[in-house]
Amino acid sequence: MTALRERWHSASSAFGRRVDGLPKSARITGLLAFVAFLYVLPNKWFYEYLNIPGVWIPLYTTRNDMAAVLFYCAWIVLLSLGLNVVVGYAGLLDLGFFGFFAVGAYTVALLTSPESKLITEYNWLESPWPWLVTVPIAVALALLSGVLLGAPTLRLRGDYLAIVTLGFAEMIRIIAKNQDWILNGDRGIPQVAHPPGKYPDGSAIFQFEFKPYYWLLLTVIIAAVFLIRNLANSRVGRAWVAIREDEDAAELMGVPTFRFKLWAFAIGAAVGGLSGTLWAGQANFVNSSTFSLENSILVLAAVLLGGAGSIGGAILGGFLVIYIPEWLRSVGDVFGLPETATVFGNDFDVSPTSLRYFIFGILLIIVMIFRPQGLWPNRRRAAELKDRQKEVAVVE
Amino acid sequence: MGSERDATSERDMAIDARTTVGSPPETSSTPDESAGEPAPAVDGRKPLLEVDHVTLRFGGVVALNDVNFTLYEGEILGLIGPNGAGKTTCFNAMTGVYTPTTGQIRFRGEKVSGRKRFQITKLGIARTFQNIRLFPEMTALENVQVGADANHKTSVPSALLRLPRHWREERQGKEKARELLDFVGIEGRAGDLARNLSYGDQRRLEIARALATDPTLLCLDEPAAGFNPAEKVALLQLIRKIRDSGVTVLLIEHDMRLVMGVVDRLVVLEFGQKIAEGSPADVRDDPKVIAAYLGGVEDAA
Ligand SMILES: Nc1ncnc2c1ncn2[C@@H]1O[C@H](COP(=O)(O)OP(=O)(O)O)[C@@H](O)[C@H]1O
Ligand SMILES: [Mg+2]
Repeated sequence: MTALRERWHSASSAFGRRVDGLPKSARITGLLAFVAFLYVLPNKWFYEYLNIPGVWIPLYTTRNDMAAVLFYCAWIVLLSLGLNVVVGYAGLLDLGFFGFFAVGAYTVALLTSPESKLITEYNWLESPWPWLVTVPIAVALALLSGVLLGAPTLRLRGDYLAIVTLGFAEMIRIIAKNQDWILNGDRGIPQVAHPPGKYPDGSAIFQFEFKPYYWLLLTVIIAAVFLIRNLANSRVGRAWVAIREDEDAAELMGVPTFRFKLWAFAIGAAVGGLSGTLWAGQANFVNSSTFSLENSILVLAAVLLGGAGSIGGAILGGFLVIYIPEWLRSVGDVFGLPETATVFGNDFDVSPTSLRYFIFGILLIIVMIFRPQGLWPNRRRAAELKDRQKEVAVVE
Repeated sequence: MGSERDATSERDMAIDARTTVGSPPETSSTPDESAGEPAPAVDGRKPLLEVDHVTLRFGGVVALNDVNFTLYEGEILGLIGPNGAGKTTCFNAMTGVYTPTTGQIRFRGEKVSGRKRFQITKLGIARTFQNIRLFPEMTALENVQVGADANHKTSVPSALLRLPRHWREERQGKEKARELLDFVGIEGRAGDLARNLSYGDQRRLEIARALATDPTLLCLDEPAAGFNPAEKVALLQLIRKIRDSGVTVLLIEHDMRLVMGVVDRLVVLEFGQKIAEGSPADVRDDPKVIAAYLGGVEDAA
């Protein structure tokens, strides 16, 4: 196993060196080509030709519309990017990330749906607002709830934050599920507005087709990557590293540790809220079922799988946690695998569709054994992890 | 690392001595000398830091017992004493890590305790650590930049949008970090990770990082620990250079001989109490100091 691990290490670092060694112009060209690839990807005329060469296994998903899968991938990627700021950069464990997502989604729903009780019962609003107007409000509210939640808890060290965020997300979910006077309980809020925009022929761009939403999300992701990179390569990013490596020393060297941890937490919350607005704009319907704990854990898994503290890792992780299970669903059709197996007269469902999370779980475990730092880790974050393991080994 | 073991055994004995021996007669003599007032200015210099009858308890352990001394602008003051005497605790009280149980610490007349640690740093007190505490996975340059950031105002909005302030402060911070690495003599290691530096270079890097916060007072906690004689000489030169650049220095050392040549004045702690204060020559001949250094340990045992 160690030999295998070694080989993987040398292969991946050789790849890294080769990429780093390229001239800047080549790297930028490569990046632009990749972005262009991402934009054309949801087109059937393009993705139909994607397959594993030689064996001819399609890489696109046959059970679900590829554009829809890509939309969900992009959605989780955006969430991972936000959570990566909290977990990867500031080193804070946030288990209730979807609470902020819920704040964003419900804000948009309440303000844009004609069925919203703000309009039908309380007359707080005259008429539904357009989607675009509500986005900044929703993001600001998510940011504010991040600050309100973080301000009392981030002063404490240790695992308090994980517990408080977990409680916050569950609280929001349960309130959304059970109370009726504004969020409509389980029935949720229908007729949420779509983003604006029309084709030249007058028909709306953002309807029920997934492609435009994917493009919108992709654009938002590119902007987010740009901004997060700005943060990481600045005084703020430096402060986060210092806090992660030695919080006491950082504070004694003049780093306002609490303020920068709160910023990280609030930025994460804002990105979570933003992704909530985009999701609500697509889904047209919001209720509590999306805000389950599993989703918070899924995003955390995406960040750790990709490699905490690295933007590329967050993107890769977010993509894989959605894409792999979806792709596994398709594999059964390709190979004509049986849907059920009969053992001792009982029928068991063994279709890859049903087993996909099981298979995915095993893949996750394998990756975490061979690469605990994640698939595409941040060099510094990975080294810190190693240092900490050494510290644990030499117990004082 | 044999000396480390000695240190801990000495420290244990120190605790025993303090808890068993009541209040030795020396205690009463200390307040009489200074009577709670700032000591008169040396050469007409202004007091910078006043440690005003500070007592600090950890549960039953009295780490500092009515310690009282003043640090004047522009001097190098040595804070010496056997291991476990309370020197590091004194630093920790000065930099906001601990709050004195009773008594006060004033920096330029302003109370230090009650402020946040990073604010105390901004006030002008910088320190190094007895056990080196750099940011190991950051480069030497980045470590010093963190110190320089103490006086920067860039926060998330200006960093996010790359406003002019971000660029200006980033450039200034880097320049300053380079200068300071040069000043302490490790300019060649700027791009190396802090954890890959040699022990001596790490100690120098800590000094550069502390200086980057633009301190008026620099507190060095046993900066020569683990150095060979040649390195010690170089370090003392560096400390003089720092003082000559206008920074007041408080130097902790348990090896009395080492600091004799560099300090202007000395404060001697033993078992959390100040037992002597004065010029190196006076302190060296003080019977209490001689007892602390020669017979102190046997007395306690
Ligand atoms: N956080 C703490 N909790 C309890 N006791 C402490 C703490 N910090 C220091 N002490 C005790 O205070 C005394 C002085 O320690 P210290 O200031 O580190 O000595 P020095 O730096 O002079 O060697 C020692 O007896 C030590 O055990
Ligand atoms: Mg000490």
